[in-house]
Amino acid sequence: MAARSGGDDLRLESVTKQFGPFTAVDNLTLTVPAGSFFALLGPSGCGKTTTLRMVAGLEDPTVGDIYLGQERITSLRPYKRPVNTVFQSYALFPHLSVEDNVAFGLKRRGRKDVNAEVERMLELVELAGFAKRRPAQLSGGQQQRVALARALINSPQVLLLDEPLGALDLKLRRQMQIELKSIQTEVGLTFVHVTHDQEEAMTMADTVAVMHAGLIEQKGAPADLYDNPATTFVANFLGQSNLVEGEIRRAEGDELEVDVQGMTIRVPAERARVHSGKVWVGVRPEKVVVHSEAAATDATNSLPRGRVIDVSFSGVSTQYLVRMPWGQELTVFEQNTGSRPLLHVGDEVDLRWRPEHTFLLDAAQDASAGVQDALVGT
Amino acid sequence: MTTLTRTPGDETAEDPGTPGGRGRWTGYLLLLPGALWLVLFFAVPIGSLVSTSLYDPTGTLETGYRFAFDVGNYIDAISTYAPEFGRSLLYAGLATIFALLLGYPLAYAISFKAGRWKNLLLVLVIAPFFTSFLIRTLSWKLILADQGWVVDSLKFLHVPLSNGRLLDTPVAVITGLTYNFLPFMVLPLYASLEKIDHRLIEAAGDLYASPFQGFRKVTLPLSMPGVVAGTLLTFIPAAGDFINKELLGSPQQSMIGNRIQGLFESGSYPAASALSVTLMVLIVVMVIAYIRRAGTEDLL
Repeated sequence: MAARSGGDDLRLESVTKQFGPFTAVDNLTLTVPAGSFFALLGPSGCGKTTTLRMVAGLEDPTVGDIYLGQERITSLRPYKRPVNTVFQSYALFPHLSVEDNVAFGLKRRGRKDVNAEVERMLELVELAGFAKRRPAQLSGGQQQRVALARALINSPQVLLLDEPLGALDLKLRRQMQIELKSIQTEVGLTFVHVTHDQEEAMTMADTVAVMHAGLIEQKGAPADLYDNPATTFVANFLGQSNLVEGEIRRAEGDELEVDVQGMTIRVPAERARVHSGKVWVGVRPEKVVVHSEAAATDATNSLPRGRVIDVSFSGVSTQYLVRMPWGQELTVFEQNTGSRPLLHVGDEVDLRWRPEHTFLLDAAQDASAGVQDALVGT
Repeated sequence: MTTLTRTPGDETAEDPGTPGGRGRWTGYLLLLPGALWLVLFFAVPIGSLVSTSLYDPTGTLETGYRFAFDVGNYIDAISTYAPEFGRSLLYAGLATIFALLLGYPLAYAISFKAGRWKNLLLVLVIAPFFTSFLIRTLSWKLILADQGWVVDSLKFLHVPLSNGRLLDTPVAVITGLTYNFLPFMVLPLYASLEKIDHRLIEAAGDLYASPFQGFRKVTLPLSMPGVVAGTLLTFIPAAGDFINKELLGSPQQSMIGNRIQGLFESGSYPAASALSVTLMVLIVVMVIAYIRRAGTEDLL
């Protein structure tokens, strides 16, 4: 409980939120460092929006405390918190012009001459010239930027973004992701971004926290999370994973040897979440290389004699579905570099990957956790 | 360049569902019954009312009436009955203000706070309509009666009453008007409050607006269409009302509706018609000015 010095980190301490018998957020402890772009990623219903609303003051935690720097803001009314939100629905005031929407927060705090600031903010979000329009006269992307400007102009200590890009089409979403990221760098505020889109979270955030059923499953830099998932849920929700049953045989130096269907797979010990017994052996599909001729080297992990059962060519890459001798289907992504002709359905192949791309997860976890959520999310 | 897709321009010509096709006639057919009704029972009577207002005022039921294009009817009507016009507008205006003051908190509570009681409360708002207008107004006569509990309570509290009475005073008439038209105020207010996206109020709070500021800057402006509709639905019928004065007031409270009724009964059709047309024009002008001022032109 020691209060940290050094600025205005946002801290949630043992926060629980219950709606009747349903626990939306379960004993959550989290620190968002000042100035960071923090993403709360998870499927719908995982508690991420509830967490955000508690920070904004729109919901009261059932148990626990929220701090901004040294100040406890748990029960501070929303209008007294130095926190602003970009709502999923934008929630622009339909009866006010764009400039009045943007000036709303400043005026409520008694500021009079706000025109210059409003103008500068509209320039920042590239909406100069739209000041007199009503929100209904703007496109979805423009409304989104008004919502952003309306929150940013108050220079909040924390800016909360609740799926702010959810209503935009894919192309605009990608564009806004880049813009948001550059605005965050420019203004240097703490952004807490809630999203179910794993690509969006990884593209934008410095730190991603994956939430599932009211708990944070794993937190870290996007690349760390992706390369070294801690749970099957993270492995499946953040990108795709091949998870194969195995059993740890022995440790040799800083490597573990795992038996998979009679074959030996090697894994660096620091990439293993369990160090004995049954495990899930995981590898990302793009880390796997398909070989049609048998030429195993000692440096690689290899699962031989799969049969290609599906080929999906998508221009940049090809996705192969390979059925292994024990019946499991594994996925392989291959960049279409042209170094080898495409494989065909029915071809017999070996799957190989480097030991340092392997991860070991606890076999007690459900191998399909997060698969459906990831499909719904995209 | 040859295209397989059609350009937007030629769609209308081929698509039978658009206004260019036979859909147009369906629209007119659907309008027909309503249009006929309005012509027969609105346009024709209005025409007859206006022409009656220009008849020779010396006509009686016995001698018959004669069209004379007599604008004097209007001058007489306005000069003779100016106090009644003034009283009508004053009483209706006050009743509208009281109905708004009572109705807005009620509609707000039903829409924002009532939760699962919402529907029950709405039924209660319109429940008085299950009883006749006359019966309800008559029962106010009992409530405000000289020996009734209201008068007794006011006397106990030493509130000065003219002649110790409530009946036959402007207070009684305005109370009756307020009561009778309150549902017409509450329902449009409720409808417009109900349409407000509560996330906007959350957003106002997020942007440093206290609950009161949020109400003044977001909820109230967004409910203005309901305020305008409610005040119109209260003011217009209240200004033309004659029952409340008839049952709760005395001749000193005569409103324009009572004069019109009296003149029609005594057979002075031209004067009664001139008064009716004047009242109508007055109200239409006031309504337009009001809507312009309230900035809710989309209601027109």
